[in-house]
Amino acid sequence: MSKTCTVAEGVAAIPKGATLMVGGFMGVGSPHRLIDELVRQAKGELTIIANDSARPGVGIGKLIGARLVRRLVTSHIGTNPETQRQMLASEVEVELVPQGTLAERIRAGGHGLGGVLTPTGVGTVVQEGKQTLTINDRLFIVELPLRADFALVNAWRADHIGNLSYAMTARNFNPLMAMAGDVVLAEAREIVPVGVIPPDEVMTPAVLVDRLIGRSRNDG
Amino acid sequence: MDEKTIIARRVAMELQPGSLVNLGIGLPTLVASFVPRDAGIFFQSENGIVGMQAMLEQGLETEDLTDAGGSPISALPGAATFDSAFSFGLIRGGHLDVTVLGGLQVDRQGRLANWMVPGSMVPGMGGAMDLVTGARRVIVAMTHTAKGRPKLVDVCTLPVTSDRCVDLIVTELAVIQPTAQGLLLKELAPGTDVEAVQRATGASLIVPDIVPWMDIGLT
Repeated sequence: MSKTCTVAEGVAAIPKGATLMVGGFMGVGSPHRLIDELVRQAKGELTIIANDSARPGVGIGKLIGARLVRRLVTSHIGTNPETQRQMLASEVEVELVPQGTLAERIRAGGHGLGGVLTPTGVGTVVQEGKQTLTINDRLFIVELPLRADFALVNAWRADHIGNLSYAMTARNFNPLMAMAGDVVLAEAREIVPVGVIPPDEVMTPAVLVDRLIGRSRNDG
Repeated sequence: MDEKTIIARRVAMELQPGSLVNLGIGLPTLVASFVPRDAGIFFQSENGIVGMQAMLEQGLETEDLTDAGGSPISALPGAATFDSAFSFGLIRGGHLDVTVLGGLQVDRQGRLANWMVPGSMVPGMGGAMDLVTGARRVIVAMTHTAKGRPKLVDVCTLPVTSDRCVDLIVTELAVIQPTAQGLLLKELAPGTDVEAVQRATGASLIVPDIVPWMDIGLT
């Protein structure tokens, strides 16, 4: 079976209430077509794991604005007043995670690790309720791995079998999430024949990608 | 000269040639404007680049290259890009020489609070906790007071960013170094005096016999 599908087919497989990892940093490198389709199909009660919630009307901010998010695991919501308002009104549950810890928790989930030990957060509210370990006289927090039902990633280039390559700072969380989702949906700026991306430049191997979102006639 | 320019100019003088530096969003970002182009200083942005530089010409922006605030940037020859786990490996792993961050409060022990005000402002910590924990040197660039209230305090009343003691605090009035004995007044801005700085500070300052003027690189 070809792994290529339309954006509507890709999103149709996501049930209401699913846990999604969504790539991007302030909307840069976010899977914008998949996000727009989640809004169009009104997939609600989602748990979203993502670096930030961007701005109102941008990237993951669209999911917040459409009230599709029940729980958000993220490092920063300061640029989206709507997320803060929904959090203070208890309409969305927000777990704030230091950015480096978020990246490592996702990496641990994707790499089969039982968690990571980090010094980040020691002596702050982040440490509350968590196990700690002392290694070589230094205190570390035990941070648990994160996985998701679906990882939605954005690449600069995909080839016909789903090898992915990312551009500059649009890479961010995308390759980490492509390792940590049970089902990985990838969209790309352009899709090229196999071989155009040299093996050394493949950042996410095709074996990790379950569905490749095809271009549609309407895409710019 | 406005207070932010004074602070940014003084912080810029702390950056050694050849070092790797991360500038926080807001006031710290201004520091880059006062670093000589030939100083060989590489700026990191935690969204995944070493060697960022300001966008020099309009019309050359690309949506795939931005700073941590999402604004378009450019890159120096020799720049490198990477994913978020690697980016924070640089920060936590001791590879980052200096981080310059804004502050809401710094206390007598040199602890920084800069990520939330309970009940009113909860932006999240973003990369701040990793930066304060992992950078070799932490410089806080902030105005001395906020709405007339001291930001240098006896004990932080806001949630701290790390239990690590910061290395230097630069305000428009003074340069202050946290020590085991308390906050040491290192330099005074021209036009102020020890009494005025102490009045604007919520913790008692250690004042040496001679306090040099703050040099902001205007010579």
